[in-house]
Amino acid sequence: MKKTSWFVAIATTLGFAFLYIPIISLIIYSFNKSKLVTVWGGFSVKWYGKLFSDPQILGAAWISLKIAFMSASLALVLGTLASFVLVRFRRFIGKNLLGGMITAPLVMPDVIIGLSLLLLFVAMEATLGWPAGRGLTTIIIAHTTFCMAYVAVVVQSRLVDMDESLEEAALDLGARPVRVFMDVTLPAISPALVSGWLLSFTLSLDDLVIASFVSGPGASTLPMVIFSKVRLGVSPDINALATIIIVLVAIGVIIASTQMKPKKSS
Amino acid sequence: MTSLSVQSIFQRLSRYGRTLVIAVPLWWLIVFFLIPFGVVAKISFAEAVIARPPYSPLLEWMEDGGVAIKLFFENYVRLIEESLYIKAYWSSIKVAFVSTLISLLVAYPMAYYIARTNERRRNVLLMLIILPFWTSFLLRVYAWIGILKTNGVVNHILMSLGITSEPLVMMQTNFAVYVGIVYTYLPFMVLPLFTNLVKLDNSLLEASADLGANPVTTFFRVTLPLSVPGIIAGSMLVFIPVVGEFVIPALLGGPDTLMIGKVLWNEFFYNRDWPAASAVAIVMLILLVVPIMLLRNAQSASSEASS
Repeated sequence: MKKTSWFVAIATTLGFAFLYIPIISLIIYSFNKSKLVTVWGGFSVKWYGKLFSDPQILGAAWISLKIAFMSASLALVLGTLASFVLVRFRRFIGKNLLGGMITAPLVMPDVIIGLSLLLLFVAMEATLGWPAGRGLTTIIIAHTTFCMAYVAVVVQSRLVDMDESLEEAALDLGARPVRVFMDVTLPAISPALVSGWLLSFTLSLDDLVIASFVSGPGASTLPMVIFSKVRLGVSPDINALATIIIVLVAIGVIIASTQMKPKKSS
Repeated sequence: MTSLSVQSIFQRLSRYGRTLVIAVPLWWLIVFFLIPFGVVAKISFAEAVIARPPYSPLLEWMEDGGVAIKLFFENYVRLIEESLYIKAYWSSIKVAFVSTLISLLVAYPMAYYIARTNERRRNVLLMLIILPFWTSFLLRVYAWIGILKTNGVVNHILMSLGITSEPLVMMQTNFAVYVGIVYTYLPFMVLPLFTNLVKLDNSLLEASADLGANPVTTFFRVTLPLSVPGIIAGSMLVFIPVVGEFVIPALLGGPDTLMIGKVLWNEFFYNRDWPAASAVAIVMLILLVVPIMLLRNAQSASSEASS
């Protein structure tokens, strides 16, 4: 391998330190007995206890998990269809439109997506009578819309890399296109489907801005509760919550990366 | 040719099934992504009223059966006349530009190192870049409050080392906003740069060295020009969302941190002025058209290069 200079190596180390110091400090201070950030009052898990006895946080977490599960599943279906159509279909009316619309939500500022969907829901309720009021359904629709863009990015790159002779062979042997898609294409892109779903799940779980716009009374998601708490300053039970999320995600990512490697090499 | 023949076989899907497969994602996005922009544009010409919903109708049925269209341009006039809005747009663009530049400077060496190191280390480092992206963005921004505040981690270290005697005020300043933005968007810059740099042909670097160029010259004459598509893609992935960023200025910035995402939020949630918020959004969209086109060009250029 090419040698890289000391400057590059040091800059890279500092960059990774910058990425990880905040995360590490969250984890350390979640075990701090003292409420003050700078004072180490000894090891304690009392903030975890406080977290699990807070009905507001637990309720919001349950709502967020339901929304994330529904949105990720819907986004997986819609995003996979969109990328299959874009990669495998030669030409059709609206191909450019679909290609543009599927990537735009990736960079569109959240405030614009949130405001525009809210205004749409209000206008639809006034003219069609649906959706009646705002809450879980409207949040799920909003999250599905921006999550399917992420699914499409992941699945599209996998479809492009995939060996098309497999699909071709199945079609030559007389399988119907739907069968080929179910039995050949889907298994071949399954790692992308898994990571697309997981990515959507975490993005939905994490969204504050869009949910705040399209939510209604009684549907406060976890980020909305966290935001209203941390706006007032540091609260150690949020550190405990962050630590739980970070540990779960790290375990998930490590399992996913060890699961996917053998498939790549074979 | 194989791709063509597979494509033509998939064309044999019954016309009905094919149309359905295309229509479902296409119409979902038309209804829930494209049409909403039209609704925003429409309501930006309405007048704010105290009602449910809090805006005036554009079309009014007249007594003689005709239809009157009432366009209310006041929202846009206000954007120009009240200096708050222009200042907010200007400072959002400035913050987005500066933080894109800082992210580029921080990310470039990292992407370069990851692209040049051996494969095992590369996979681990790439995972470390992506991992923070999977954990809660809100909580990672929140982590900086504990680090930067007056009795926070940084001030504690600085004072115990005797570098400063007074705690530095970092929270609720633009400095904190920059730190938060660069921190949050760094992976978006590293990944496109890495994708570009990993394809860099080693023989070009060797040729440059053989011709007597020193590493610095080689970098500026060979590596940097070849990585322009990656730089553009990464920069736009940071710049565009940062212009409309709300969470970071709301949590880390102070009352004088003026960003248009925050202005839109306040118009909507505190003033309940939906038409004004819509006008703010429409102007923001217009400002972002050019960067979005740049991003699309950079992305299609890189996908053509790889195929």
